[in-house]
Amino acid sequence: MHMADALLSPAVGGTMWAASAGLLAYSSSRLKATMDDRRVPLMGVLAAFVFAAQMINFSIPGTGSSGHLGGGLILAVLLGPHAAFLAIASVLSVQALFFADGGLLALGCNIFNLGFFPCFLCYPFIFKPLAGENPSKGKLMTASIIAAVVGLQMGAFGVVLETVASGISELPFSSFVLLMQPIHLAIGLVEGMVTAMLVVFLHKARPELFNAPQPGAESRPLRPVVIGLALAALVTAGTLSWFASADPDGLEWSMGKVSGKEELEAPEHGIHNTLDALQKRIAFLPDYNFKEPVAAKSESSASETKTEAKPAESWPNVSAGTSLAGLIGGFMTLCLAGLVALVLRRRTHVKA
Amino acid sequence: MGLDTALHEIRRLDDLAGLDTPLHRLDARAKVLVTLLYLVSMLSLGRYEFSRLLPFAAFPLILAVQGGIPLSLLLRRAALALPFVIFVGIFNPLLDRSVQMALGPLAITGGMLSFASIVLRSLLAVTTGLVLLAVTGFDQICRALGRLGMPTALLVQLQFLYRYIFVLADEALRMLHARVQRCARDKRPNLREFRTLLGSLLLRTLDRAGRVHQAMLCRGFDGQMPELRPTSRFGPAEWRFCLIWGLFLIAVRILDLPLYLGGKAGGLVPGVLP
Repeated sequence: MHMADALLSPAVGGTMWAASAGLLAYSSSRLKATMDDRRVPLMGVLAAFVFAAQMINFSIPGTGSSGHLGGGLILAVLLGPHAAFLAIASVLSVQALFFADGGLLALGCNIFNLGFFPCFLCYPFIFKPLAGENPSKGKLMTASIIAAVVGLQMGAFGVVLETVASGISELPFSSFVLLMQPIHLAIGLVEGMVTAMLVVFLHKARPELFNAPQPGAESRPLRPVVIGLALAALVTAGTLSWFASADPDGLEWSMGKVSGKEELEAPEHGIHNTLDALQKRIAFLPDYNFKEPVAAKSESSASETKTEAKPAESWPNVSAGTSLAGLIGGFMTLCLAGLVALVLRRRTHVKA
Repeated sequence: MGLDTALHEIRRLDDLAGLDTPLHRLDARAKVLVTLLYLVSMLSLGRYEFSRLLPFAAFPLILAVQGGIPLSLLLRRAALALPFVIFVGIFNPLLDRSVQMALGPLAITGGMLSFASIVLRSLLAVTTGLVLLAVTGFDQICRALGRLGMPTALLVQLQFLYRYIFVLADEALRMLHARVQRCARDKRPNLREFRTLLGSLLLRTLDRAGRVHQAMLCRGFDGQMPELRPTSRFGPAEWRFCLIWGLFLIAVRILDLPLYLGGKAGGLVPGVLP
């Protein structure tokens, strides 16, 4: 469920970070305006509750698998959307830092996927209308289950979109969607059940929690904020992708898709050529990629390695000699780094 | 991961963050900023550029050694994060079969390269994040982020969560132990037991929030949290750290260091390269 750093490009990660940061700033300012000082410890302690509860699994009868609480929706029910968004963001941050769930660049995506959808969409637009003013047990059950399922479906779809937009994984959009949505339908049902049970339990044990007015919940329409955020995200995405396109490596994939070719001809001018020239000037041995012997060999073996017979000017220059040299060199640098680390360790030991 | 292992892991990282090395003493902002630059420059490499990822391993490796972080711990934790990444990446070798290079008779396809690069990206990103935490500590990272513009409400929230994780997890563990002792078998609770368990944990949580609030009022809480600033300052050592690693990261991002080294090595030993 968590989006991972390894599947993310910095442009997508940065855009999602911008969106989440905007939402966090918005939620904080709303909370500041309406702060009831009992809420400060309540938010912290409830976030810790969600953290602990996510690690208690129960067995699902007949399947041999297990389920646990998701957290976003129950927090929204108890705290209202703004406080809940901050609380779930804090839980995800702790998980990203201590357990490497997702990772630091992907944290923006995860806060958005697991926080924005349940807190700002499912709770006000699904849970509240379905539960109504004076909720009965049945209404609470249905509202929680539907809201949790929809929220998780949206979150899973977010993961799919972010992965496909990043272009690190080869999975095509359609098959990835078909893979993710059904799995998360099942997970969402279980999560919805658990949330529903807790909500009903709490409604019976602490009815006063449900009658208290939740400051900041509806006092201001969300639409201008959402539009503003969308604009901010677009601007950030545009800026970031401009930076990315100044350096063609990261956009190679999308070029390939758009133009239908795996590689593009190197542009006549522009930053890539400048960098290339710089690289050539810095390199002491510019002919390090063994073009001639490779071409000769691939001609003689003449089987599957036809791709290597590309003109040497085409970029990126994928030839066996280049790539193999890269691999060897890569492992050499790895060893070098290890060696430096070893020497450093020796020195620290001596000092200690 | 079970609750008790999770707690153990958090405490382990906290202990490491409590060590006192020059790296630990550096201001958290320097370490946070360099880590962000690291992630962006490492993850922006193209998906076939497996070999160019390798020099990036230097950053977590060297920091871990300077900070006295055991590599075994980092590798074990990095392995835990792999399953989802492998689940998504495993299709690359099947979908992308264009031959990129040949190792003798073995044809390496683009899919294999990109899958290897996904796995390596995951390992590098996870270990770097853990190293940052282990040489800085959660509290200092939060303060640094607050100084770099994170909203105060979130800063306060993170600090509260971090303090009460231990309290509530201990509470939950006591309840789980009590259940195991009563039913005399250690297996997962079924749905009904789970509801009761979680429900009473939630009630205890709410009660505790009330008590915490009262205790805060007794100590003079007026709705305003005291400002949490970084406890160290951004001095010459921090600038040096940022400069050295910044230059290194920009260099390995722009220049294909492995290709150059590999070319040299191939030239020294004729016959290694085709």
